[in-house]
Amino acid sequence: MTKFSLLGLIRHAFGGPWPAQWSAASPKPRYDAIIVGGGGHGLATAWYLGSEHGLTNIAVLEKGWLGGGNTGRNTTILRSNYLWPESQGLYEHSLKLWESLSNALNYNVMYSPRGVLLLAHNHHDIQVARRHIHANRLSGIDNEWLTPEQAKDFCPLLNTSKNIRYPILGAALQRRGGTARHDAVAWGFARAASALGVDIIENCEVTGIDRDATGAVAGVQTTRGAIRTTRLGVSAAGHSSVLMAMAGVRMPLESYPLQALVSEPVKPAMPCVVMSNTIHAYMSQSDKGEMVIGAGTDAYNSYSQTGGLHISTHTLEAICELFPRVRRLRMLRNWGGIVDVTPDRSPIVGTTPVPGLFVNCGWGTGGFKATPGAGHVFAHTIATGAPHPINAAFTLDRFRTGRLIDEAAAAAVAH
Amino acid sequence: MLLIHCPVCAMDRPECEFRHAGEAHVARPADPNAATDEEWASYLYHRSNPKGVIAERWRHVHGCGRYFNALRNTVSDRILVTYRSGQPRSEGTP
Repeated sequence: MTKFSLLGLIRHAFGGPWPAQWSAASPKPRYDAIIVGGGGHGLATAWYLGSEHGLTNIAVLEKGWLGGGNTGRNTTILRSNYLWPESQGLYEHSLKLWESLSNALNYNVMYSPRGVLLLAHNHHDIQVARRHIHANRLSGIDNEWLTPEQAKDFCPLLNTSKNIRYPILGAALQRRGGTARHDAVAWGFARAASALGVDIIENCEVTGIDRDATGAVAGVQTTRGAIRTTRLGVSAAGHSSVLMAMAGVRMPLESYPLQALVSEPVKPAMPCVVMSNTIHAYMSQSDKGEMVIGAGTDAYNSYSQTGGLHISTHTLEAICELFPRVRRLRMLRNWGGIVDVTPDRSPIVGTTPVPGLFVNCGWGTGGFKATPGAGHVFAHTIATGAPHPINAAFTLDRFRTGRLIDEAAAAAVAH
Repeated sequence: MLLIHCPVCAMDRPECEFRHAGEAHVARPADPNAATDEEWASYLYHRSNPKGVIAERWRHVHGCGRYFNALRNTVSDRILVTYRSGQPRSEGTP
């Protein structure tokens, strides 16, 4: 792997194509560990397994192409302003890793801490936002309250008029929140993992999970043949229920289409990320200039990777009211990703009833922000066979014990 | 937006008249005091979430107000059949 540097950039400007950034591997008969799912989470897990735990005889199996699932379909928002201590620990761990990720990977993931503004439109919103701010500050996580005027100063595009249907009464701002380039995250992890000797195998769909006489994982069946392993990490987002069913494990998950849209590219106008859960709209501007807009999930579970038009229409109506100056922008693309949602809207990262089978799922509508943190603690879980203190509470068993991490009712923010 | 046949009203109506109400045929433990934690977790939280045909509940909130069941393919979102609550899971023929 050639290290990226200013000198290298200048040299390549004068000729010669860039080499492939990771090798296209073919499946070997046996690996020490296999990760199912070549999105950001799976690739990050592979890299941390190699770089922190010395496990390099491992493979990442991806049924399509790298980062072609939710990694390439999300709205790239990063933040850690969650309510409960368990969530704060996990998401803040991730946000800290984002801050140094480009250096760690020698790959520019374009982490941009431009600030995430969460709008309050009614009395309840104000109470919830301020409760979050207090909870975050007690945990050492930055979050602050802005008046409508201060919010307008921070994001001049905002319509802070009092004469709209849902006037802005204030906002919570996490300045360290922001965005990152989603494709670069998958590519950066893939490149760094490949350099350590990890096999990254695309177009390889897992069709079955083999178990030995004791019930432990013995390998997987794939569209490219059988592969043996004793440690299997499932990191398959919307398809987690399907994969876990291959090992006979029923999951507390339902998969929904979540939509996003981008506009035609325009000059820089939107300095930060704005989220409004109450009227369900969020928007930021990509470095290419497109307005990136997140909509909601459909009401029913589905694997269609598309969503109802009335869902995105609802969001665009809210966007037009909040940002009247973007009303005449045309939307270039609209797509859906399949997100796996848990009953308490918190992820599941840990062991399963099947020995050798580990799962990282249930990130719902907000898994991108957790990519490095989830990969880091999931790698620890796979390598040592026990969870890291940071993901210890995010067990599959919590739905039996009742120790839920209820961000569904508590957060009142789109995840 | 789906076009859903309400078996009570006997009419095809747009999805926005209905509320989705989760997987169908998930039975509450018959004797709550005797149910184990595993049985409660299964009833409350564990779902089949199939990639294929699912039996699910809908409620015609802006119509008759009644719950009913539907078989729907979760890949194509095509509804195969709808049938009244209380009936066993349909075989798929309308």
